[in-house]
Amino acid sequence: MALLEVDDLSVTFARRGQRTVHAVDGVSFSVDAGEVVGLVGESGCGKSVTSLAIMGLLPKQPGLRVGGKAVFDGTDLLQLDDRSRRDIRGRDIAMIFQDPLSSLNPVIPIGLQVTEVLTRHRGMKGEAAAKEAAELLDRVGIPDPRRRLKEYPHQLSGGMRQRALIAMAVACRPRLLIADEPTTALDVTIQAQILELLKELVRDSGTALVMITHDLGVVAGMCDTINVLYAGRVVETARRRPLFAAPRHPYTVGLLGSIPRLDSGRGERLTPIPGSVRDLLPWPDGCAFAPRCTRRVDDCVGAPPELVLAHDDRSYRCVNPAPVPGREPDSAFAPQTGAVAAGASDAAAPAEAASREEESA
Amino acid sequence: MTGSENLVEVRDLKVHFPIKRGVVFDKVVGHVKAVDGVDLSIPRGRTYGLVGESGCGKSTLGRALLQLTPPTGGEVRFDGVDLTRLSAGRLRSMRRRMQMIFQDPMSSLDPRQNVESILTEGLQAHGIGGSRDERRRIIGETLDAVGLPRWALSRYPHEFSGGQRQRIGIARALVLGPELIVADEPVSALDVSIQAQVVNLLDELQERLGLTYLVIAHDLAVVRHISDVVGVMYLGALVEEASGDQLYREPMHPYTRALMSAVPVPDPDVEDQRERILLSGDLPSPANPPSGCRFHTRCPWAQPTRCADERPVLRQIGGSKVACHFAERIASGELRPHRVTAEVVRPADEGDAPGVVSAPSEPGSYV
Amino acid sequence: MTITTGKKGEKIDRLAELAAVRDDERGVSLWQEAFRRLRRNPAAIVGAAVLAVFILVAIIGPFFVPYGPTDSIGIREGVVKSGQGLIPGPSGDHWLGYDHQGRDVFSRMIVGARQTLLVGVVSTLIGLAVGALIGGVAGAAAGLGGRWGRWIDTVLMRFVDMLLAMPSLLLAVSIAALLGASLTTVMIAVGVVSVPVFARLLRGSMIAQANSDYVLAATSLGVRRSRIALTHVVPNSLAPVIVQATLTLATAIIEAAALSFLGLGNPDSAVPEWGVMLADAQPYLGIRPALAIYPAVAIIITALGFTLLGEAMREALDPKLRK
Repeated sequence: MALLEVDDLSVTFARRGQRTVHAVDGVSFSVDAGEVVGLVGESGCGKSVTSLAIMGLLPKQPGLRVGGKAVFDGTDLLQLDDRSRRDIRGRDIAMIFQDPLSSLNPVIPIGLQVTEVLTRHRGMKGEAAAKEAAELLDRVGIPDPRRRLKEYPHQLSGGMRQRALIAMAVACRPRLLIADEPTTALDVTIQAQILELLKELVRDSGTALVMITHDLGVVAGMCDTINVLYAGRVVETARRRPLFAAPRHPYTVGLLGSIPRLDSGRGERLTPIPGSVRDLLPWPDGCAFAPRCTRRVDDCVGAPPELVLAHDDRSYRCVNPAPVPGREPDSAFAPQTGAVAAGASDAAAPAEAASREEESA
Repeated sequence: MTGSENLVEVRDLKVHFPIKRGVVFDKVVGHVKAVDGVDLSIPRGRTYGLVGESGCGKSTLGRALLQLTPPTGGEVRFDGVDLTRLSAGRLRSMRRRMQMIFQDPMSSLDPRQNVESILTEGLQAHGIGGSRDERRRIIGETLDAVGLPRWALSRYPHEFSGGQRQRIGIARALVLGPELIVADEPVSALDVSIQAQVVNLLDELQERLGLTYLVIAHDLAVVRHISDVVGVMYLGALVEEASGDQLYREPMHPYTRALMSAVPVPDPDVEDQRERILLSGDLPSPANPPSGCRFHTRCPWAQPTRCADERPVLRQIGGSKVACHFAERIASGELRPHRVTAEVVRPADEGDAPGVVSAPSEPGSYV
Repeated sequence: MTITTGKKGEKIDRLAELAAVRDDERGVSLWQEAFRRLRRNPAAIVGAAVLAVFILVAIIGPFFVPYGPTDSIGIREGVVKSGQGLIPGPSGDHWLGYDHQGRDVFSRMIVGARQTLLVGVVSTLIGLAVGALIGGVAGAAAGLGGRWGRWIDTVLMRFVDMLLAMPSLLLAVSIAALLGASLTTVMIAVGVVSVPVFARLLRGSMIAQANSDYVLAATSLGVRRSRIALTHVVPNSLAPVIVQATLTLATAIIEAAALSFLGLGNPDSAVPEWGVMLADAQPYLGIRPALAIYPAVAIIITALGFTLLGEAMREALDPKLRK
């Protein structure tokens, strides 16, 4: 049983006089204990809203509706009242944000902010809490932790602030850590330090990690399973290697083709995705990616594409997926019995079309 | 080296910002040496990529090159003319030939100007296109070149997506028919799928119009992709300069190695096998840079001799120029990396954003 | 840009186009968009409605008042004997009753609206004009940089700081002492008090704009400094100033009333002004508190109208709140 099972999560913002915004439109994914799961997508794909909805941190405002389920260890987080949710937050699930400066209170010393967490969730006080806080800072690689405890956030550099934030997040040894673009605001050498730190923490403590990022390079190095989001839905889910070796959804293919790689030469043209994220089809009318898709066929329009479960634990939401290199292009609608019979049992299991309940508009 | 081969030649360029303190009277208590002695040349029709982390002075260098920030010392020769010695009027008319593309396409476009007015402004300033029809023709051609539709003319910046706004910014630079374009982080504010569109557009325009680029970015992959020659900056100075391929195949400077190994590659096989050189600690403050080699406080190869006292100069080693005393011995494997203990670095003043260095603390100057 | 695959392809493009909500052919400028947002904001509607009524009454009201505002009919007819505490309240003929001099309060309220509007608008304009001049020059000087620029900026801003440091009431009293008590004095005093606000706002806003990327972009295009200042810096700095002017109208009306109440306004109460009426009503609070309540409520509602509209404008013009 998965540690966190998000099922058909939807978040809509309705504002008077404006169109209802489906920020998250039926996102499903699961996280096993100790697993590193990536949520990847561009701005506006709903990856951050998903994490905020799970944590119950969406600003309470009229017109906000959260639907679906987010079951953590047997309890649906979305059904909890504020109090019990606050108890879970910080103790069992912790979150790291993109901007460490705005996530830390500027007028309270770092030490006090860390001990506060320890007092709230672990009941530690006084010298014991201070000692534990110093150990935490030391563990996340902050030099001279005893002195740092007395300092204020603005006295630390960006990388050190992010470390302090991570120290607070892991203070109660949470079972799940959600990191929302934890390294986007940082320089690349500092990013490497922080990613290494996160990897270490996951390896040593068995904490599961949900890594939310737009950077496919970051997920390639650390995630076990990757969910690619587009326009508020997961369009492809796969283990790390199969995803990069043979992306099936045209959007994933397009993303990988858009990134200049360090190991590719000068002048190799990139293959960008045409149009912008604004050019999208509402899901009920078909595939949201269809207007920008290079593999578009007639069936892309009319109804949202169903989730196709393929071998290797992977799934994608596309009626005309990119072919797997070195194999016959398969069709999602009519699995050819011949191909199945001929292929090795593990390599070409019949693609099975499974329809998750589709939410109506 | 002949003058006609290189469109831009920068010699010993320095930009120092005074740090002022004081309640009533400002007293200069020190200098932020944002750019401290940089030499570089950009051949005509080629792309020079400048890469480095925030606070290394790369943006300031780009602005100083265009004389948007007055340099403290050194010279900038553009097509043989020393820009630092030009009068304000001559410089202004020279600006037609060198343009800039900005990082944030939203903040670099006046929200109250529609696209037509944005594109006309430069033409009017230089008296290009006598009649309205003539101007319309030039603008129309520019729109086509950057892939914007004609209806864009009557629209305002906030009505476009990020990628389209960047195209407007590029069109504004192109409309004057410049020879040099300085692109300061041209894609870093854009979504991944849009970045590729803009990178391809820049490539295409260079091919068609024979433009010379100085591309400034923190993303080594983007810089390598687009540049013929790449310069790596650290704390106000170049530490290495080489062709993109050479730099990737054989980074010579310890900082380049670390930078190279830190860039994530979207390929699990590469990621799992790469040897990471993790730097400890943060970038030291440019207001108080380390003595000698500025990288020695974080360098895993730092040696007890020379590194702390003698500032290395950029010298030719094989196909690269490197500013490191021990580059050969590191390359040959004679010197091995060692552990470095991190030093605490105070953020420069309020934060460690690049703005701190590129924007001096004095009130604005629309020079 | 997309590759079409037959008829369905076109349909997709059409649907996508519909989904992307195309605006009408011409672009929508920031001001137009701000106005659209303003119209959708209920607070703005209420504020504007209150002000519309107030301004209408102030302009055409005095032509239709039933009695002369200085006509002591109550005393002439012998109904009002304020010395004996006899001030009759509302009746069919006199909707808000008489005041202590036997004048019709309703007529005085309406004529007073015009005076109040006049004081508010003129004093705000004084503050705006002087403040914007000082702030604009200081902002431009700071933007131009150089030793002279910084010097001019420093001198002007220290002057403004001095104004700001002085208690506004003290300032008004000294101006009144200098010029003698009159409506003009009140207007100047209230105007001078709001000078620092406008000056600092415009200067700060101009410096922020001068440091913006698009000003740098214009510079790199080779546009002249003076042109940059006029076409980019000033227009983009005006929005907060306009918002502030609307909000200042509210405080100006209240401050003018306060000064009149203290007797620094027109000593001749023949010309009714809400602040003066409030002051006049003071000795009779025990007998007819309504005499003070009418002008007080009118001042509050008017000030509220300006504040509502000003706040709504601030929201509508805030670039951060744009979608």
